[in-house]
Amino acid sequence: MNMQNCRTVYGETLVELGRENERIVALDADLCKSTMTRLFEQQFPERYFEMGIGEQNMISVASGLAISGKIAFANSFAVFATGRPYDQIRVSCISNVNIKIMGSSCGLSDFGDGATHQSIEDIAIMRAIPNMTVLSPADGIETRKMVRAAVEHEGPVYIRILRNEVPDVTDEKEKFEIGKPSVIRQGSDVTVFAHGYMVYKALKAADTLQKQGISVRVVNVSTLKPLDEQAIKELAGDVKAVVTVEEHTIIGGLASAVAFILRGQAIPMEAIAVQDCFGQSALSYEELLEHYGLTDTAIVKAIKKVLA
Amino acid sequence: MSVSAEKIAELEKMARKLRHDIVMMIGAGKPGHLGGSCSIADIIAVLYFHKMRHNPKEPKWPDRDRLLLSKGHAALTQYAVLAECGYFPEKELSTLKELGSMLQGHPEMLRMPGIEANTGSLGQGLSIACGMALAGKLDKKDYKVYCILGDGEIAEGQIWEASMTAAFYKLDNLVAIFDKNRVQAMGPIVERYDTNPHGEKWKAFGWQVLEIDGHSVEEIAEALDKADEVKGQPAMIVANTVKSKGVPFAEGKAEFHHGIMTQEQHETARQLFEEDCG
Repeated sequence: MNMQNCRTVYGETLVELGRENERIVALDADLCKSTMTRLFEQQFPERYFEMGIGEQNMISVASGLAISGKIAFANSFAVFATGRPYDQIRVSCISNVNIKIMGSSCGLSDFGDGATHQSIEDIAIMRAIPNMTVLSPADGIETRKMVRAAVEHEGPVYIRILRNEVPDVTDEKEKFEIGKPSVIRQGSDVTVFAHGYMVYKALKAADTLQKQGISVRVVNVSTLKPLDEQAIKELAGDVKAVVTVEEHTIIGGLASAVAFILRGQAIPMEAIAVQDCFGQSALSYEELLEHYGLTDTAIVKAIKKVLA
Repeated sequence: MSVSAEKIAELEKMARKLRHDIVMMIGAGKPGHLGGSCSIADIIAVLYFHKMRHNPKEPKWPDRDRLLLSKGHAALTQYAVLAECGYFPEKELSTLKELGSMLQGHPEMLRMPGIEANTGSLGQGLSIACGMALAGKLDKKDYKVYCILGDGEIAEGQIWEASMTAAFYKLDNLVAIFDKNRVQAMGPIVERYDTNPHGEKWKAFGWQVLEIDGHSVEEIAEALDKADEVKGQPAMIVANTVKSKGVPFAEGKAEFHHGIMTQEQHETARQLFEEDCG
């Protein structure tokens, strides 16, 4: 399986876009070597703005640039790009400015740095803001398409970017469209809705269950907002149960969104997510995911439970 | 550019007209941001009727000078001046805070022509102004970005983040004006939460600091011209002002930060400015 690092893909894509479009500028809060906007800085130093360790100011400066006609990419770790400047983002969304907020090292992917650095509420808080588009790519292939789509889209966009290498799971040839969930694997017994790295975990679970005679459809819900309600209803409508999987708190993310769409329907549902608790340090990403129950075996278990 | 006696008289008259409009927008028996709006009336009059390059017929003219009220609650003054300049019909001023009005409690750029950004969540305007100044440098435009701050507002840490951005990027196309009216919502700044010293702080943060009487249109105009000569660093004009300036019963009083005028007070204030506004 081909592995790609989403943040590297992001940095390279931003450089490509920077070459194509002079309006693109990037800002970072002293993490450009990690978020990979360093690549953009090296190519276009005049269009890169180091903002120091000041995320609130960074977002408002990005807004000022965007109001003046730039497409402003504001970068930091997901937790600092969303939580620290929440109100600045909110105000930018009231005026629907063309800023792109890139939340790097999202979810638990910054495994070593502990609870302060792990973003498990970013999707919930970004979803809550009117005008905001919220995206979570499943792999490098989708990251590339998504960053391009964010430039095409006029208005504020939040993209969460994983820190570590993840396997390619999406189809290079498939077009990415904001708002459209995509079926990664067909199945008829249960639909698993997932985003980010959890799409891969869901595919692994589907492989395991296929051998046991259970057919699992895996849907990549890489746009968390706006969510295509009709598509979610249809993808849940012809199976016996649904399961959501997300590297995010159970509150306000994919589970909340899907449950709300399917309200009033008699379809059984299970949700795999970080429970209402903070992360912590671990020596590896996988170890941390396992601790919080974000594994393919947990998905297998949940599917069996929901079908029982 | 030196200012003629005639121009000074005209600007003073305009400032009184703005105060009149502020009083009329707020009305009697309703709360409104009288204090901080009146303290910047002279500054706003000089900016729009003397200093700034702008075109009410083309609010988005790329080469225009921009004004942001980082202290967005003083928007009434900007609403009044924009109406006066012809950005929108003056009759709109009577719709303040009505459902669907372009005159929101705090300024909104998508609702009103001439408003450059949404401000009012305090502490953010200077950063947005920095972004606009950076864009101006990048696009090799010679517009200026003006930004008015409050002396209560600068308790917000983001202001100091922005002050470092302005200095680090040598934003000499950015001019901030500090409305030092000495009173915040809950009382005098020195008693409630002292943000002093002011000029020294801005100097230490890399700004060229000028200090003036913020109610002398002549001093305001001169300081704005001097700010043009500042190169390689941003300029800060510390304007010493009086909260609710021009409305005697409210001057210097925290209760008129967002206060209610009685019918009688409102009538008194209206009559004060009436001769200028016939």
